[in-house]
Amino acid sequence: MSHISLRNLTIGYGNQQVLRDITVDIPDGQITAVIGPSGCGKTTLLKSMNRLIDLYEQAKVEGEIIIDGVNIYGPKTDILSLRKKVGFLSQKPYPLPMSIYDNIRFGPKIHGMNGEQIQRRIEALEKQISLDDPSLKSARHTIRLKKDRRMALLVEYYLRLAGLWNEVRERLDGPASQLSIGQQQRLALARALAIEPEVILADEPTSALDPISAQLIERQFKVLREDYTIVVVTHILRQARRIADYVIFLYLGELVEHGPAEQFFASPRDERTRAYISGEIS
Amino acid sequence: MKLRKLEETFFKGLMIASVSTILALLIGIVLVIALRGASSLNLSMLIQTPKGGYYLGRGGGIANAIVGSLYLSLGAALLSFLFGLPIAFALQKEYTGRHLSNITRLALDILWGTPSIVYGAFGFIVMVYFGLTASLLGGMIALTLLMLPIMTRSIDEVIRMIPLELKETSYSLGSTRFETTLKVIFRQALPGITTGILLAFGRGIGDAASVLFTAGYTDHIPRSLTDPAASLPLAVFFQVATPIPEVQQRAYASALILLVIVLFVSILSRLLSRRFSRHIVR
Repeated sequence: MSHISLRNLTIGYGNQQVLRDITVDIPDGQITAVIGPSGCGKTTLLKSMNRLIDLYEQAKVEGEIIIDGVNIYGPKTDILSLRKKVGFLSQKPYPLPMSIYDNIRFGPKIHGMNGEQIQRRIEALEKQISLDDPSLKSARHTIRLKKDRRMALLVEYYLRLAGLWNEVRERLDGPASQLSIGQQQRLALARALAIEPEVILADEPTSALDPISAQLIERQFKVLREDYTIVVVTHILRQARRIADYVIFLYLGELVEHGPAEQFFASPRDERTRAYISGEIS
Repeated sequence: MKLRKLEETFFKGLMIASVSTILALLIGIVLVIALRGASSLNLSMLIQTPKGGYYLGRGGGIANAIVGSLYLSLGAALLSFLFGLPIAFALQKEYTGRHLSNITRLALDILWGTPSIVYGAFGFIVMVYFGLTASLLGGMIALTLLMLPIMTRSIDEVIRMIPLELKETSYSLGSTRFETTLKVIFRQALPGITTGILLAFGRGIGDAASVLFTAGYTDHIPRSLTDPAASLPLAVFFQVATPIPEVQQRAYASALILLVIVLFVSILSRLLSRRFSRHIVR
């Protein structure tokens, strides 16, 4: 499992500083919630961790982000394998312009997964997904006869892992863009899982969703926390209370406080944290 | 309050008036051409070459011009696509800096607005310089000059409209710039690309001035790229310009054929574009 630490991280766009001198360790195998009001740099923080921030011409990053002992802003970093290791879920899900099946297959295909690797992955996933699920046996037979049976099975398992399988099993070849937005977000989760990341970054993953889909996503996160390091940005305090093991509180680009969720919510040390939790400031 | 309602009604009326004017004009053009051309339109018009040079023989057909025009514009559309698509991709900010791409766009816009006779004259000068005579290839190249800016800029605009988040999604899965361009951006832009190609094609097939000197004229169907080639717009031009009433009437029949081809291409483009829209993310 991956370990992430931020060291004196300062990020700005042009002349405007968005994050100032952030130093924090993100615990492995837990859900870390990054909370704070809108525009305080939460998304920027997230996008710096898989270098998606490189897409913004004006962005300037100082300091270090160390993942598994390597500074990802160092000269030797291979961005493609970094992004493979650090999966990302955006606020509004964007299906790729292809079928549901091809959306999941996209990652394994571009990373050139061969049959043997797929087989190994399938076996690992079979342990991860509860085999007691009564639909599992029948589902294995209902899967469309694809040319590549192994890939088809892999796609099925990732869709199961994201809790979407039962809703899409009959229309795997249909356009992903026709799914509801809640389903699209779970598709995005399945697609991100399919590149075998060790870390999952999620940027307000439920803010565009209806309450039921949001609940489904939260539930999936709780299941996934055993195998992944998860960082969730949210501005919904109650969500952070529900799912977080560890909390990072940003306010106006500054790291105000961080700590285990229980302690963070029960006895905040900083005055601003206390005011934010009690709803005096937003 | 009453004044505001009046204002609303007035502008609504203005819009309806403009739409009806344009529609009436379109229907008028089609009707006049159809009525005047229909009487001389027959099968031999479509499948025979003219009897007597420059269509003056009053007999035969304009198969030389139909086939010539199709060769010319299909060839030019293919050439334009081969250059235009890479140019359109290269203009995006992932590949080219803002200044260079803006200058290129400006240049293309100027070329778009350049009268086609200029391309014809330019093509002619180049051909004379190299000692070439009017030919199918010469016409294709002149038409390509005309079509390239139209195709490139319309594809460019379509690609620019693609939301950054879709690209982010692709990059966050660890895909390279090339994979993102080819597998995601291209597919998302495909309906727009189709429209761009056919827009340029429609413009090219109807253009007389650029092929006047470059493709030349022949009574025969061209058999090789070095043969001269007749074209529909010039067939209309030559026939209308004669003092012989029967030949003039045949000009309208030729115009009708041209109109039908353009109409067919527009409908085809809509159908294709709808077909390619299946997986598009909105």
